[in-house]
Amino acid sequence: MTAKVVTITSGKGGVGKTTAVANLAVALAADGAKVVCIDGDIGLRNLDVVMGLENRIVYDIVDIIEGRCRLRQAMIRDKRLPELYLIPAAQTRDKTAVSPSDMIRVCKELRQEVDWVLIDSPAGIERGFKNSIAAADSVLVITNPEVSAVRDADRVIGILEAEGKGSPQLILNRLNPAMVKKHDMLSAEDVLDLLAIKLIGVVPEDSGVIVGTNRGNPVALDPKSRAGQAFRNIARRMKGEEVPFLDLEAGDGLWSKLFGRKS
Amino acid sequence: MADPNSLISIKGLRDGLLVTLGNAPWEELRGALMEQIAARQSFFQGARVALDVGAQIFHVNDLSELRDTLSERGINLWAVVSESPTTEQTSQLLGLATRISKPRPQEITQAASAESGQQTSLFIGRTLRSGTRIEFGGHVTVLGDINPGAEVIAGGNVIVWGRIRGAVHAGANGDPSSAVCGLDVSAAQMRIAGEVVEAPDQAELRNPQKISVVDGRARFESWSAE
Ligand SMILES: Nc1ncnc2c1ncn2[C@@H]1O[C@H](COP(=O)(O)OP(=O)(O)O)[C@@H](O)[C@H]1O
Ligand SMILES: [Mg+2]
Repeated sequence: MTAKVVTITSGKGGVGKTTAVANLAVALAADGAKVVCIDGDIGLRNLDVVMGLENRIVYDIVDIIEGRCRLRQAMIRDKRLPELYLIPAAQTRDKTAVSPSDMIRVCKELRQEVDWVLIDSPAGIERGFKNSIAAADSVLVITNPEVSAVRDADRVIGILEAEGKGSPQLILNRLNPAMVKKHDMLSAEDVLDLLAIKLIGVVPEDSGVIVGTNRGNPVALDPKSRAGQAFRNIARRMKGEEVPFLDLEAGDGLWSKLFGRKS
Repeated sequence: MADPNSLISIKGLRDGLLVTLGNAPWEELRGALMEQIAARQSFFQGARVALDVGAQIFHVNDLSELRDTLSERGINLWAVVSESPTTEQTSQLLGLATRISKPRPQEITQAASAESGQQTSLFIGRTLRSGTRIEFGGHVTVLGDINPGAEVIAGGNVIVWGRIRGAVHAGANGDPSSAVCGLDVSAAQMRIAGEVVEAPDQAELRNPQKISVVDGRARFESWSAE
């Protein structure tokens, strides 16, 4: 196997990086792939909580790096999906405990074992962010339809381009179509117009996501959830499938944007 | 290793520190710098630092690594001054300033007229994203947008074949005959020499415009072939 290593990042905090990693991981694993997610937010770990695995943690990524355990021992197996694993962050250390070359080394070892490595990035553009993108084959930038989140995403995209990581793809999270209609929120089109990168999916605002987060049950496991459907679609697009965008994803003018026509 | 004091000189500026690197391989200079910082922690803690690197060539990785290392020590690297165009470009990409203080208006006008016979134009063939700051003494041409949170500061004209949604300062050295041109300036923050340009009627500004200052007031003209 040669895994694809994908990092999810945003610049701004609280826009849904951890939520996206958990949901994309369960969606890929539910589809039969072998998936490892790495919590790259050293010192502020929470991917374990969102995945409902916090009480299974014995070792973490810093234990791997500092040689206190083997890679396998720090891979926590998911309780629902047998081919899904989590490597948790260390809670009592800070980001200086990990270097970009450590991440490259860990991911190199993982590449032979699994199909996908998904890395959750901390907020910001400094050391922890650099660690989280060091090993990435591709990057997904996630943002909300909010001016400040979009500006941070733009900054991150500029840095990724300058570091030779290529152009990332965009997840627009927490879109509220009713608010867009009333012009109270940026539309998907507004965001794409500014960021000018490829869109891989739009996830609606959905209180089910918050409930899922609190219960450790990612919504991508719920066949009836709209947000869950959006995450499942993104997972399929990551595999290279052509999946039509959901209705809510296509605000006025978005279709023309996606297909390069002027409205 | 040479005496660190001869490799690095530190000077107080009005709003921070200026660290000037001597002439030696980067590895050695870096070592000396880190030594100084370790030895004078409280002095450096929380400081805004401008770094004069002379002719050293820095690529994005080196410079962003240095900035991270400094920021982990509580030091804010905000500017890198260099004689090397490569290093200047790197700094601009990382959103660092490349000049630490603006020369007085007089000096600049002189410099501009002295340079007018030479190549004094900078061409940027891409969109400038948030956090990017371009500072250049002559004219600047951008083929792409200037996004919110990006800045272009030019001694001469700023010509943008794209939308201006960030900040643009033309004639930044005091030359009021400078102009700004853009395909859509409806969300631009603009200054020409000492004037802040107040944008009038929004709809007009979505079409290509040339903005100049006449009698101390901003003038908008449609930017097209007549
Ligand atoms: N599509 C969504 N709808 C509603 N709430 C969401 C959505 N996506 C994320 N959230 C909530 O936003 C909060 C922050 O999300 P999180 O994934 O922790 O952000 P980050 O990792 O970027 O800091 C969480 O409470 C999460 O449940
Ligand atoms: Mg998070």
